[in-house]
Amino acid sequence: MGTFIPNTKEEQLKMLNEIGYKDFDDLFKVIPEAAKVKGELDLPEGMSEIEVDRKIQGLANKNVIFRSIFRGAGAYNHYVPSAVDAIANKEEFLTAYTPYQAEISQGILQSIFEYQTMIAEITGMDIANASMYDGASAAAEACWMCKDRKHSTIYVSGAIDERILTVINTYSFGRGSKVVVIPAKDGVTDKDALAKALADDPAASCFLMQYPNFFGIVEDADELCKITQDAGAKFIMYCHPLALGALKSPGEIGADIAVGEGQPLGLGLEFGGPYLGFLSTRQQYMRQIPGRLIGETVDTRGDRGFVLTIQAREQHIRREKASSNICSNEAWCALRAGIYLSTIGPAGYAQVAELCSSKAHYMAEELDKIGMKLCFKGEFWNEFATTCPDADKLLAALEAKGILGGLKFQCCGCDDSDCDCILWCCTELNTKEDIDEVIAIAKEVF
Amino acid sequence: MKLIFEKSIPGRGQDIFPACDVPVKMPAAPLREKKAHLPEISENEMGRHYTALAKRAHGVNDGFYPLGSCTMKHNPRINEKMANLPGFAKLHPLQPAETVQGANELIADLEKMLCEITGMDGVTFQPAAGAHGEFTGLLLIKAYHTDRGDTERTEILVPDAAHGTNPASATMAGYKTVVIKSNENGTVDLDDLKAHLGPKTAGLMLTNPNTVGLFDPNIMEITRLVHEAGGLCYYDGANLNAVIGIVRPADIGFDVIHMNLHKTFSTPHGGGGPGSGPCAYKDFLAPFAPGLVCKDGKYVRAEKSIGNMTGFYGNFLVMVKAYAYLLTIGKDVHTIAENAVLNANYMQEKLKDLYPIAFDTTCMHEFVIGLDPIYRKTHVSALDVAKALLDYGIHPPTIYFPLIVHEALMIEPTETETKETLDEAITAFREIYDRIFNAPESVQMAPQTTPVLRLDDTKAAREPHLRYEFCDCE
Amino acid sequence: MIDPKELKYTKDDEWVRYDGEDAYIGITDYAQSELGDLVFVNLPEVGDSVFAGEPLGDVESVKAVADVFCPVTGEVIEINEDILDDASLINSNPYGSWFIKVGNISDNVEFLTADEYDEYRG
Repeated sequence: MGTFIPNTKEEQLKMLNEIGYKDFDDLFKVIPEAAKVKGELDLPEGMSEIEVDRKIQGLANKNVIFRSIFRGAGAYNHYVPSAVDAIANKEEFLTAYTPYQAEISQGILQSIFEYQTMIAEITGMDIANASMYDGASAAAEACWMCKDRKHSTIYVSGAIDERILTVINTYSFGRGSKVVVIPAKDGVTDKDALAKALADDPAASCFLMQYPNFFGIVEDADELCKITQDAGAKFIMYCHPLALGALKSPGEIGADIAVGEGQPLGLGLEFGGPYLGFLSTRQQYMRQIPGRLIGETVDTRGDRGFVLTIQAREQHIRREKASSNICSNEAWCALRAGIYLSTIGPAGYAQVAELCSSKAHYMAEELDKIGMKLCFKGEFWNEFATTCPDADKLLAALEAKGILGGLKFQCCGCDDSDCDCILWCCTELNTKEDIDEVIAIAKEVF
Repeated sequence: MKLIFEKSIPGRGQDIFPACDVPVKMPAAPLREKKAHLPEISENEMGRHYTALAKRAHGVNDGFYPLGSCTMKHNPRINEKMANLPGFAKLHPLQPAETVQGANELIADLEKMLCEITGMDGVTFQPAAGAHGEFTGLLLIKAYHTDRGDTERTEILVPDAAHGTNPASATMAGYKTVVIKSNENGTVDLDDLKAHLGPKTAGLMLTNPNTVGLFDPNIMEITRLVHEAGGLCYYDGANLNAVIGIVRPADIGFDVIHMNLHKTFSTPHGGGGPGSGPCAYKDFLAPFAPGLVCKDGKYVRAEKSIGNMTGFYGNFLVMVKAYAYLLTIGKDVHTIAENAVLNANYMQEKLKDLYPIAFDTTCMHEFVIGLDPIYRKTHVSALDVAKALLDYGIHPPTIYFPLIVHEALMIEPTETETKETLDEAITAFREIYDRIFNAPESVQMAPQTTPVLRLDDTKAAREPHLRYEFCDCE
Repeated sequence: MIDPKELKYTKDDEWVRYDGEDAYIGITDYAQSELGDLVFVNLPEVGDSVFAGEPLGDVESVKAVADVFCPVTGEVIEINEDILDDASLINSNPYGSWFIKVGNISDNVEFLTADEYDEYRG
């Protein structure tokens, strides 16, 4: 019964008659009868707005909202400043299409140009694109960027999130590229294995590492970069964007491409999406970049303006020769990231990185005191893996108190192979009291 | 106007984060030395900056937006309200399945409705956009052939009128694109199709109605021929708005389809995304579906799954919006197509005495003007007409697409526009027509009322400036 | 612009200038004017094999891309770095802006003389 069609039945009939059709059947006679649906579709009766609201609220209410979250593993519970929602929800931003007509799309174009600049800045790279679907798909596209006629094998660290690896593998199934996983040892990439694999493969195109990696460890990116580039392959860093408020940036390390999941930059947890893939690189790879790029130019009066540019790389012009098919991206999420980074500024950017690190270290120390030891020796930032006598039991006890504990995962490094492991995550939203509460509950459980 | 970086003053900013309540500790790893230049700006100044940007943008709520092939229909407010419910927006994707029953119920219910609309048997919501859905669909086709040991099928047939994403997706899936010609009616040339079908055919990608807005009268013959040759049929659902509730792709021989929730199902496009491109398929492709699906309270993966297209479950909040839309419309979805097709034909009919229509017949949800004859006479191009519309507060149609029509203007009014809006646009088009012949330079100089005038695309591409350059000399 | 008499032309709008056994390849004035303002060219690498009638690379304008076909079969012995840096040179001086120099030539497509080409593109 709900509808968003403005014209009444009478108006529709009048319009039909005016252009020479008896009724809708007459209008649709261009479709062969045999192709048409017979009878009604098996869909529910339409609803009024109140009924829709009630029904969907009911579904939302069936979900559990945790008041305290210690789980990350690819989706991070960071604070979203009030300004982000207020600004991004302006309808001019929300209801616009891709800025094809630059003269009336300067607002969208400039916001993305500013986003491109901010992503280039935080990653320390020269240039960034206008966004990708999410971190994992951005990683897959980055790997493809490195392919040329002589180099096609993709190397990835075994210490990356399995979800990223799965997407890279899926993309590679399409393109027929070989993906090789360099095993992780003690929670970090096995450097010797990497050096050997690259040395033995003249077709090596790139190596992708995660920073910090899936286990939370800040790997020796400088060394991995050197090994990779010495072998003639390109070095891709998959980064947590807020970690770069503290850690040496991909640009400073010398990476060829930086990608990552932009969700921590002003996007909620959202049950996994929409998120934001970011991708930045060096000037010399500008023409290999997938997706949209916004560039500065001038109008006929000489005033500054912005346009979609270097479009001949893209699918709508290059068609089957395009290096990527991406068309719609995540522009609105990029807008949110731009507002987020403008809100927190350089001081907030450093501060949030420090908060995440400090809370994680405090929690790790407290867990250590009650016997939940770090699985790996490496340095960490916001996430860390610990042992746990019985992960299911602890997580259930936390859940009962409205706390989402860390993620249980298969043991990968500690001495006792029967031991459960938990990957914990802290953000600026986890207070000392929240952390102490987890410790207290753990003490009760064990 | 200034960039946000040019409004930044050192030392200004906003207080978001509290003091640290635990001892400060950083990893003993190399730390960043070169600070990132980020804006230092008060909340008020920042708010005004973005408000100024918003005023320099044009959304569906700002005016008529007949951007062909993009289905810029009204974005209902209830969609947004539902997607912002904390019970969805605050869910961690890796929460225990029993704590996200409502979310998974919504996904399952939406899947059921989309299956009914397309006639398919299953849906994956993994793809984040239309092109991503195409890629997913082609990987399903590839997995199917590969699984059967049918590895000689290396070609995907794509009509010449197709969106660029089709051949680009075929390449990403490792296929060679074989282009099929359009006939003089603007639809698939059956003889050319037959000539290219064979043992190498993995499948056909077809947009229907096609990109000139026509329903292919031979569609069932086309799918039959492709199946006979051993290929599968992919339905590009970009134009599903024209036939929703009237034709089901599965009923006319298609095996797999992607839909654009940000087109047909009314979710906003956000200035370029996020979209959502769910891919629906017939049962025999189900074993290859990507992603984890919640079945009976447990996450499971299809036995021969192609993997994952995105990190988690796709663009979930976009799915919530589309769900709200479908609940509202319910079984009356055919009324969407009816009014969309009516509005397009109304405009076409009211313009065709002046503007050359590329294929002058009953169109579906959109129609294409081929301005070439006028351009040859006057040197006023499709681009000029598009720019002239800006001064009337109308977002221009899609231009220079499809490629098979010279000087193309592709107009898609959508079903949520009133007759009055269409009449105003028709008047604008007719006025511009007069100007083309009486004052052509006024059209070639347009727009005159926008924040910037025509921009130099060539300069932008020849001297790429993709970011603001900071001066560290201060 | 008058098409230089000493060059050979193809129906795909490329020109060839022989330098002993080797050949310089470019695109004609007609081609550049049809394509409009060029913004970038993609060229093969030195050492690559090229084949008569097959694309050697492409040229990009703002909103289009067009293949450039190689009129001869051989090996690329030099590429014009100048047009890689500034594609507008092809617009301003099409017959001075060669794309590649090809050696070890073993085959070629059918050539037109300047007069024949002018007639063809009339």
